[in-house]
Amino acid sequence: MATVTAATAHRRRARAGSRGPAGLAPTALLLVGALYCLFPVAWVLIAATKSPGELFSTSTLSFGTGFFDNVGELFAYRDGVFWLWAGNTLLYAGGGALLSTAVSAVSGYALAKYRFPGRNVIFNLLIGGILVPAVVLAIPQYLLFSKIGLADSHWAVLLPQILHPYSIYLARIYAAAAIPDSLLEAGRIDGAGEWHLLRRVAMPLMVPGMVTIFLFQFVAIWNNFLLPFIMLGDDGKFPLTVGLYTLLAAGANQPTLYNLILTGAFLSIVPLIALFLTMQRYWKTDLSSGAVK
Amino acid sequence: MRANRLGAALAVVLTAALAGCGSGEPAAESTGAARSPAAAPQGPVKLTYWAWAPNMDKIAAVWNKDHPDIQVTVSKQAGGDDAAAKYLTAAKAGNPPDLVQAEYQHLPSFIAADAVADVKAETDAIKGEFTEGLWKLVTLGTDAVYGIPQDSGPMMLFYRKDLFDKHGLKVPATWQEYGEAARQLRKKDPKAYLGTFSSKDPGAFTGLAQQAGAQWWSIDGESWKVAIADEPTKKVADYWGGLVKEGVIDDMPFFTPEWNKALNDGKLLTWPSAVWAPGVLSSNAPKGKGKWAVAPLPQWNAGESFSGFWGGSSTAVSAKTPNKAAATQFATWLNTDPAAIELLVKEAAIYPAATKAQSALGAAPDYFANQPDFWQQAATVSAGARGFTFGPNVGVTYNAFKDGFDKALQSGTPFSSAIQSMQDATVADMRKAGFQLAS
Repeated sequence: MATVTAATAHRRRARAGSRGPAGLAPTALLLVGALYCLFPVAWVLIAATKSPGELFSTSTLSFGTGFFDNVGELFAYRDGVFWLWAGNTLLYAGGGALLSTAVSAVSGYALAKYRFPGRNVIFNLLIGGILVPAVVLAIPQYLLFSKIGLADSHWAVLLPQILHPYSIYLARIYAAAAIPDSLLEAGRIDGAGEWHLLRRVAMPLMVPGMVTIFLFQFVAIWNNFLLPFIMLGDDGKFPLTVGLYTLLAAGANQPTLYNLILTGAFLSIVPLIALFLTMQRYWKTDLSSGAVK
Repeated sequence: MRANRLGAALAVVLTAALAGCGSGEPAAESTGAARSPAAAPQGPVKLTYWAWAPNMDKIAAVWNKDHPDIQVTVSKQAGGDDAAAKYLTAAKAGNPPDLVQAEYQHLPSFIAADAVADVKAETDAIKGEFTEGLWKLVTLGTDAVYGIPQDSGPMMLFYRKDLFDKHGLKVPATWQEYGEAARQLRKKDPKAYLGTFSSKDPGAFTGLAQQAGAQWWSIDGESWKVAIADEPTKKVADYWGGLVKEGVIDDMPFFTPEWNKALNDGKLLTWPSAVWAPGVLSSNAPKGKGKWAVAPLPQWNAGESFSGFWGGSSTAVSAKTPNKAAATQFATWLNTDPAAIELLVKEAAIYPAATKAQSALGAAPDYFANQPDFWQQAATVSAGARGFTFGPNVGVTYNAFKDGFDKALQSGTPFSSAIQSMQDATVADMRKAGFQLAS
């Protein structure tokens, strides 16, 4: 086994080496891609440092001098409503992603490892669900939530994001690949109950997949605008996206607070970056830490 | 009565617009309308108010202190077209706020959707506080009253006084002179433009058309008349189209980074805009502080003094609120009580709709500190501003404006063809929604 891997790696290296400069093309392409994705982030960072006077008058890529003034002003805006919105966002994204991951992992595991009547119907429905963009559902969801009296509550933003077909689909694929049937069989022979198997055998194996789902959902909810925009009327429940938007579309008869919006946008992506950097290591964990020999 | 029948006819549009969204919410309301709030002794009446004007919560706090029996909670929303869509959706779903800040051009769509209450009985006494032109914007020329005017946006000409002096330009009194000045400036500074025509801001164009005497919509008995492609509008469109084609007027949209930059760099010398422009200029062009001045809008015929409106909003009471009387009482206080208007001017930076308040404005905006008679100028212009009744589908018309003028700018086709496409799109949409149209 070891020799085979070594041989493959060797052959691969040899091939890459023989191709020479041709190998630069993919690297260059990836660099262009990275630049394409990172440039807007860099722009936000630079723009957030500019004072209102510098924003539209200095060169796009030169740093300004007003970053700390901007931050101070943003935190003082409407008695610190930024923190309230940030807290709401954290609640929606953190709570929503946790619940969604739990639901997805359990359903994915059940769909992958148990045979029961209706399994395929459920799975096909989920596939269909992936095809329906969440945006399309926002207004019907709002009308439904209004009917049951939950509109304009925290639940109105949390509940619709917990059930996420794509995450369940991911969890199913992941569970099918990461949890060997033989391991479950061995557990059953040793007398472990199904609940025990789920907690002690299946879930630990699914951690990398669950981290992926958590991150996907966290980012998706963190950035979500339309659902909270439609669902919430009370500005004390707004997440950052909708809150910052009220600064942008504040009516024409008073200054638009561009510097505060940019600083707010920048500050609101900092936690996302931090989250990715810290969660990254879970992706690197050996996928078969529960190994079967 | 006519108004009620009209309202019923207008309601059709909602069914079309929101088809498929379950209906049949009970239309319970109106019975409690006549009751005074004091007659219901079950704790204070609680009202929610959606607004986007800044610091409205502080103003409501002043009211709440003096009126323990009517407590108003302000929820600050994002303004603009999205706010109108959000309110309509909330009204349809059965949980709108009790009060809403409604822009004049969106009010008819609220009325068509039966989302705002008729407050005629409660507002008879304050009718005289507003000019007839503004009052018409909340009645649509019917017997009903659907809101109380809050602010207004009469249009004026804002210009860079320092650069006008430098290039020896005369402040144009007519649009012909404006065109001449535009040509002169191009010769003196080929990098600068006198102004720009924005294909993204139908509101500005609407105001200019109003100045020229356009009447895009009108109500004739039971039916609507749409005349967007009327002579005054075509005249305005062709005028700007000619200047753009000649290359003496730029064609970049307002409120974009490049526009901000041009303002800051002194490459854009005028902006025909509304009275709220100082707020925009101070945030988008902070470098120009103290360098701008204001004059009446150029006229079509020398000696006239007409203007149009760009923006402005009213306070409307939701049709579904159980506390119509209390809500109207608050809206009335907010927009007519001298103390409240003073707060509106100071805290929310609005240009008040109430006539008396307009002439009582004191110090000029900070940005225009060099023009101490700013508000007097505004009041004079305001007196000559004429608006028109907005139709129930302004959104469609405005989108057609953007599409049509974008196309006209790109392909160089005459602006009047864009006007015709606005007319056609508006009429087609109203037909589809079931409105009766007079031909």
